[in-house]
Amino acid sequence: MTATKQIHLAAHFPGVNNTTVWSDPESGSQTDFASFVHFAQTAERGLFDFLFLAEGLRLREHRGRIHDLDVVGRPDTLTVLNAIAAVTTHLGLGGTLNTTFNEPYELAKQLASLDHLSGGRAAWNLVTSSDAFTGENFRRGGFLAPEQRYDRAQEILDATRELWLSWAEDAVVADRERGVFVRDGAVPVVEHRGEQFSFSGRFSLPPTPQGHPVLIQSGDSDAGREFGARTADAIFSRHGTLEAGQAFYRDLKGRLPRYGRAERDVTILPATTFALGDTAEDAEEVADRVRRAQVSPQTAIAFLEQVWGRDLSAYDPDGPLPDVDPDPDGTSITRGRVRHEKDPAAVARQWRELAEAKGGLSIRELIIETTARQSFVGTPRQVAEQMDTYVQENACDGFILIPHLVPGGLDEFVEKVVPELQDRGSFRTEYTGPTLRHHLGLARPRA
Amino acid sequence: MGRSTYLAVEVSGAGRHPAAWLRPDAQPDALLTAPYHVGLARLAARAGADFLAVPDSLAPPSADPRLVPLRLDAVAIAARVAPVVPGVGLVPTVTVTHTEPFHVSKAIATLDLVSSGRAGWEPVVSRTAAEAELFGRKPAAPPAELWREAVEVVDVVVALWDSWEDDAVIRDVATGRYVDRDKLHYIDFSGEFFSVKGPSITPRSPQAHPLVVVRGDEPEALAVAAARADVVRVAAADLATAHTARERVRAAVAAAGRDPDAVAVLLDVEVLLGADAGSARRELDALDAHRELAPSSLRVVDTAATLVDVITDAVAGGAADGVTAVPLALPSGVRAIAADVAPRLADRGLRTPVAPGATLRDRFGLARPANRFEGARA
Ligand SMILES: Cc1cc2nc3c(=O)[nH]c(=O)nc-3n(C[C@H](O)[C@H](O)[C@H](O)COP(=O)(O)O)c2cc1C
Repeated sequence: MTATKQIHLAAHFPGVNNTTVWSDPESGSQTDFASFVHFAQTAERGLFDFLFLAEGLRLREHRGRIHDLDVVGRPDTLTVLNAIAAVTTHLGLGGTLNTTFNEPYELAKQLASLDHLSGGRAAWNLVTSSDAFTGENFRRGGFLAPEQRYDRAQEILDATRELWLSWAEDAVVADRERGVFVRDGAVPVVEHRGEQFSFSGRFSLPPTPQGHPVLIQSGDSDAGREFGARTADAIFSRHGTLEAGQAFYRDLKGRLPRYGRAERDVTILPATTFALGDTAEDAEEVADRVRRAQVSPQTAIAFLEQVWGRDLSAYDPDGPLPDVDPDPDGTSITRGRVRHEKDPAAVARQWRELAEAKGGLSIRELIIETTARQSFVGTPRQVAEQMDTYVQENACDGFILIPHLVPGGLDEFVEKVVPELQDRGSFRTEYTGPTLRHHLGLARPRA
Repeated sequence: MGRSTYLAVEVSGAGRHPAAWLRPDAQPDALLTAPYHVGLARLAARAGADFLAVPDSLAPPSADPRLVPLRLDAVAIAARVAPVVPGVGLVPTVTVTHTEPFHVSKAIATLDLVSSGRAGWEPVVSRTAAEAELFGRKPAAPPAELWREAVEVVDVVVALWDSWEDDAVIRDVATGRYVDRDKLHYIDFSGEFFSVKGPSITPRSPQAHPLVVVRGDEPEALAVAAARADVVRVAAADLATAHTARERVRAAVAAAGRDPDAVAVLLDVEVLLGADAGSARRELDALDAHRELAPSSLRVVDTAATLVDVITDAVAGGAADGVTAVPLALPSGVRAIAADVAPRLADRGLRTPVAPGATLRDRFGLARPANRFEGARA
């Protein structure tokens, strides 16, 4: 018999898209530090591997105005993670930081500082968004052609690693007797000459408690997957069903040998949502209620406008789909959000068929039907069983859970599902080491 | 009771003296750990300091094996201590020459958030070719250009803080709207060096405008301090020079159309305190024997009582509104300030007690600012 695969869990702070339900009376502040403390401490009580923060560097716009239907606003990723380090002891601290609108020396110093000050708990989710829209907030603007995104990401990563690992592991001796703080020659000049960056100088920090922070990747294109296979310690994927998960898992892990890496070197974690109830029926009811709250009448119209590429504000969300066709030129109606629909006309056709087949769904019912299904719905035992099945059957190595509520969205999961996972023997019953690398079973990186 | 004498404490590494790490009471193995920095901040809070200044720089570390080449990000240190050390302002240094104003703005706003309104920042420029080389984007520039750019950075950072009105989040279920987008504002900044669209991604913070602290020593920096700073730091070898420096700052503030009484001038004082003047002197000699450090400002190597006399004289004589104590050795220096200096300042009635939960602006008598965009419609 093979040993039970151990599940890795991460907690995504619910953020700026419609999965976060702000209209619920239980919904608290999205930005008060107390919300982050509650959420992070709950994840740590649940022995999660890490907390995860997403990032978007420009407020999203819809039809030329700031999108106002979802949560808007978040704190600075690195600063809030440093603060959370003060109120947790073992939880990993994962932050999304853009590879296009940051420079390697500064990022290397900031991330190394987080890792030192948290005792080895930092992780960096590298994202490559490079649009000119976001670039308007930065000195350097949106200067990068889309096909160069991963070239730059690879190079910024290479450059930060050169800096992180530039000092010898045993550089700091702090020997009072001899008056020697660092070994002679232990702080070398790093010289990086590349296509995207050209810099030189000495780094101001030794390797961190983890060697360097854990690296997470979440792009999904071929280039994105290749980048992940080559460099990432963990992958944040959006392939959340059993079959799609298994296909992605095979694909990604199949790319590893090319880089001399083993399956266990990369942890695959799909974005995951859940609804819990005391009975299966209760859970379905909760799931329905949450999905309705996630898709308000106004949100339903906005979703439709994203596909149709035109103003549909005159349509009744409780009425039928519009009879006009999508505007083939109107695809940039929403900005600051990654688009996954490729062919609007085909999507519209499909949706019309679906609405009809289901007995004439309204716009809002259709959007609920197509967009917001939770990954796992059931009693705590059922959800634990399903999650375990996914991991044991190699659809993933664990999950990045995205609850729908701040700050209490993780409470019930930690109270009820985590013990079930532990009973199944597939989740830790205590932290066995201090660093995130340790939680993930990763080796210390070498220069 | 008159206005309080301001007290700030600057802490960095093992102290300002390059040989400080060699002292028996130094903690050279702990300089990168959170407990070390939390400990320093606790002592500063116990001293009742108005703020803890956390220096930073992009200057590459020395390759000399006898020197401490470590430098953590100052905002990171401030954020790490904020939730667990109440009762003291937190003012990290932020370099602005090679960094992104948009990132800086949300970082300091977030420091304000996690400290419940105790954040400030000290913008500094990166002047050397070595610093420019770490980025490889542009060459080193002369001070006038660096500080012209720094003004733009300060302006963008502060404008972004106003880009959200306080009551922008409305959570209006009836209309399905989470924010009132009429209360979010593009700043549309376009200057000599860069342009930034806005709004910030981070809501307006508890203080709205965390304190801006600027050094007013260089003429080019003085103009920035006069126009933009809430607190100005100066270095001066003695009280007479400090007096001149403070008058210069006040004149520049007035010339910039602002009230000089609203801008506190803090004199840097390097400190190494002992039970008596002789033992303090011997401690400094021991450090200087390894490597001499010339004073960068007034230096008090003496007893706590003498330091308190100096502070009293400085304030009474109009040489400063308060001091930034810069211990030559840590943690001993800040421990001495908490144990021996703070009580004596209080005994002399120089320190006004601060209400629990006071913001850093409260400590400096600054009201929470109105929002420049309020009423403006996008
Ligand atoms: C699950 C998932 C989460 C992501 N989170 C973020 C994010 O927080 N911020 C961001 O700017 N981009 C995010 N992205 C976008 C990716 O970084 C990337 O830009 C996008 O997927 C396009 O790259 P690709 O063409 O390789 O898929 C995310 C993508 C995925 C799949």
